[in-house]
Amino acid sequence: MLRSALNRIFGMAIVMALVVTIVFVIVRVTPGDPAAVMLGPDATAADIASLRERLGLNASIPEQFISYVGGVLRGDFGQSIFLNMPVTDALWQRAEPTFFLTVFSLGIATLIALPVGVLSAYWRGSIFDQAATTLAMFAASIPSFWLGLIFMQFFAVKLGWFDTSGYGGPGASFGTRMHHLVLPAVTLGLISSALITRFTRASMLDVLNDDYVRTARSKGMSEWRVVVKHALKNALIPILTVVGLTAALLISGAIVTETVFGLPGVGSLIVSAVLRRDYPLIQGALLVVAGLYVLVNFIIDMLYLVVDPRVRY
Amino acid sequence: MAAIAQGGFREPNLLMKMASRPTAMAGLVIIIVMIALALLAPVISPYDPAQLAVRNRLLPPSWQNLFGTDDLGRDVFTRVLYSGRTSITVGFAVVIFASIIGVFLGLMAGFFRRLDAPVSRLIDAMMAFPDILLAIALVAALGASATNVVIALGVVYAPRLARVVRASTLVIRELPYVEAARALGVPTPIILVRHVLRNLTSPLLVQATFIFANAILAEAGLSFLGVGISPDIPTWGTMISVGRQYLDQAPWIMWFPGGAIIITVLSLQLVGDGLRDFLDPRLAKDV
Repeated sequence: MLRSALNRIFGMAIVMALVVTIVFVIVRVTPGDPAAVMLGPDATAADIASLRERLGLNASIPEQFISYVGGVLRGDFGQSIFLNMPVTDALWQRAEPTFFLTVFSLGIATLIALPVGVLSAYWRGSIFDQAATTLAMFAASIPSFWLGLIFMQFFAVKLGWFDTSGYGGPGASFGTRMHHLVLPAVTLGLISSALITRFTRASMLDVLNDDYVRTARSKGMSEWRVVVKHALKNALIPILTVVGLTAALLISGAIVTETVFGLPGVGSLIVSAVLRRDYPLIQGALLVVAGLYVLVNFIIDMLYLVVDPRVRY
Repeated sequence: MAAIAQGGFREPNLLMKMASRPTAMAGLVIIIVMIALALLAPVISPYDPAQLAVRNRLLPPSWQNLFGTDDLGRDVFTRVLYSGRTSITVGFAVVIFASIIGVFLGLMAGFFRRLDAPVSRLIDAMMAFPDILLAIALVAALGASATNVVIALGVVYAPRLARVVRASTLVIRELPYVEAARALGVPTPIILVRHVLRNLTSPLLVQATFIFANAILAEAGLSFLGVGISPDIPTWGTMISVGRQYLDQAPWIMWFPGGAIIITVLSLQLVGDGLRDFLDPRLAKDV
């Protein structure tokens, strides 16, 4: 088991190294001088030269790479050009709405997906199953930003239950801030529930035909206990994997949803960084998000190792 | 794997098999209709998609303007049709571009043992970035244009295809006919194309359909955020982004392009699901 763990840690280190390399390379594929692109067409030669100096673009590519990796290892992701503050501070300042948005959407998605997926598998082929499967596919076809706008039109504009956008302004109470998260979280949660429902159904189908389920039934156990205690317990690990990875991927949904609802989170920060070509900030955001994804993946793998003694890496 | 070994895709009765599945067939028909509507836009609609008529701005749906008019008095129905051209073309181009990179990487990783570890780790690293995030970062670096959106989304989806191709190649590599071809001294590139690639068409086709669907959603997202295709070019995403500003006065501006996206993506998913069931029975019980 220790050896498996070490293998996975080694594997994760390689993937992280590649992630850092990709993030470094992305900015270098810019046609022309990144400093000139960032400053726009009105910049003077002196401005460009000074920004090149600040970004360390005058060093050779290998030197730039080494200093970039060195910075990342020390937790220094560089300076945001437009916000004029360290990238880590800029991301941290915007973390709250994104954190709660992710937690709430994931909660909503799981509350819908788990029972629907389990019952779908249990009543395989029934009207319920067909309806649930079709609905899940339908939900996966809806652009999240469009669903957000529809909710906004109905619940905020027409019924006036919510503000159309924002996070309550500076100094808003916790309750007000959370009230602003209701529509975005429901939007993202509904759409994410599609994927989790499909996975729950598939994992349950896998285990429902297993021998121990038949044994449990033949012992005269109640159906509820068979399904929940025996089948669901075993199907839970793959389901947890999807829930974990969905959590990491929700940032993608957050980018669009935060923009729709004008939430001052990491997602809308990334969009403004892209529109202003703030490369250090884009790079920092990419690193943090991809790093979280790799980390979640790793934690899940480790959980497997602990929970299931048959697993080896 | 039986379907792969027989080269399932080239079985002549694929269409007949699809006909036995009403949902998949419906998806296929709707997709064809959507493409036809986009291609025949000038024939179907009497309006010019760029024709300004400020006096007619923000009109609700009526017999003159089926889907109403937008902020500049342009006919929304006409613009939805013309937008379909861009959105569907971009989606298709992404599939082609992603397939070229994905097939190449997947074949290399699956066929040559030495390349497997490095290429697979690269794929893992690429898949660690959420699709929209990596795409907007790439578009930010390359510059915003339709071509760069295709390149960015192609790079984003290539690793998913590469994974599928690698997994199938690992199986095919060990099959007797590949061994036979090797023993006969057939050059490796020819083995790869004639014996391996040709038997990969089924899983590739299934994945390509799903990537088509995802690419249309992703393009719409990028255009909506204003970081992709120029707002002057009508796409479903840019239309919704305009409609957003008139949410309270003229919500139809964003209703209909959104509906077009849902119909197109849903029907592609139905086709993909159906194809997977026929071509790869092993996977049919999943999802």
